[in-house]
Amino acid sequence: MESEMNAFSIDSGTAMLIVVAAIATYFTRVGGYVLMSSMKRIPPRVESALNAVPAAVLTTLVAPPFVYGGWDIKIAMAVALIIGLRFPGLTILVIGWAAVMAARYGFGLGV
Amino acid sequence: MQPEQNMDKREQLTNGLKKGAVVAISSAPFGILFGAIAVDNGFSIAEAALMSGLVYGGASQLVGIELFGHHVAAWIIVLSILAVNFRHILYSAALASVIGRYPHIQRWLAFFLLVDPQFAETVKREDAGKPATFRWYFAMGAVVWVSWILTTIIGAFFGRMIGDPKALGIDVLLPIYFLGLTMGFRGRHNFFPVMLAGALGSVVAFHVVGSPWHISVGAALGILIAAIPPPPKVHEEPDVSEIEREAM
Repeated sequence: MESEMNAFSIDSGTAMLIVVAAIATYFTRVGGYVLMSSMKRIPPRVESALNAVPAAVLTTLVAPPFVYGGWDIKIAMAVALIIGLRFPGLTILVIGWAAVMAARYGFGLGV
Repeated sequence: MQPEQNMDKREQLTNGLKKGAVVAISSAPFGILFGAIAVDNGFSIAEAALMSGLVYGGASQLVGIELFGHHVAAWIIVLSILAVNFRHILYSAALASVIGRYPHIQRWLAFFLLVDPQFAETVKREDAGKPATFRWYFAMGAVVWVSWILTTIIGAFFGRMIGDPKALGIDVLLPIYFLGLTMGFRGRHNFFPVMLAGALGSVVAFHVVGSPWHISVGAALGILIAAIPPPPKVHEEPDVSEIEREAM
């Protein structure tokens, strides 16, 4: 097949796209630091805002899939939430995955 | 060098490697998924590996490759990747005092490795009173970065054998993974109001303005909630008296 033959080739246009996307991404990963280090001292409100970053940002990656996902996703995430009260990340992932597979193949949800 | 310092250094290295290994295992399905989808959308294996190595941001890569497959204009692809990765600005601001401690070259390298789990684990380690040194940070980051590239290549090679990600339950792994990361911060004093604001903001924005802007809108709302009430006094004396009262 044609695509098998150039598995190791890199198109210059695609490479350019990847490099520009990488620069844009790196900019987001240093931007906050550059902004903060330009401030002489950090106001307390900014500090408490920054302390809220983990809960605020990570939640936005969790809530929409739960609300807009099917019952299979909702059940799996609810199970993962309960498991998460006691167990670490990898266990949550494995049991959550088992729950979605059970919902799909055991109860025919979301398939 | 003192033996105690040596012990610390060894702990930093082994703990960093261990944290990295856990993330490597949890993110492996996404690396494989990205590799498979990339080849499916016209990337070569080398191009897929290059993107994983340089952009190094799972969700943004999946969005980017999807648009690439639909022959969307390059600047729109870059803008979309930028939008998905925009949350990292908040990460680098929040970790300014941690990564800012590293010497120059290490500092700029550390920011390159600043992905979601790297951020979450770094905050958790500092919260636990252990310094997130560059040694620890780089040990974790290097494991995750190398495994991300390797799993991309594996997915690109065996992509056609994967089939429908939904049939294998891969689609649910990312939100559950982030759920686990979020729950790690439930001990923080304003976790619940911030989380509720972030959840409500992102859900409404997802419906009104659509993806990926719901991330920025939800995050902004959650952070605003944390910033509005007068900041709690850093050393709260009443807490001590409360503990004493309970003890009586």
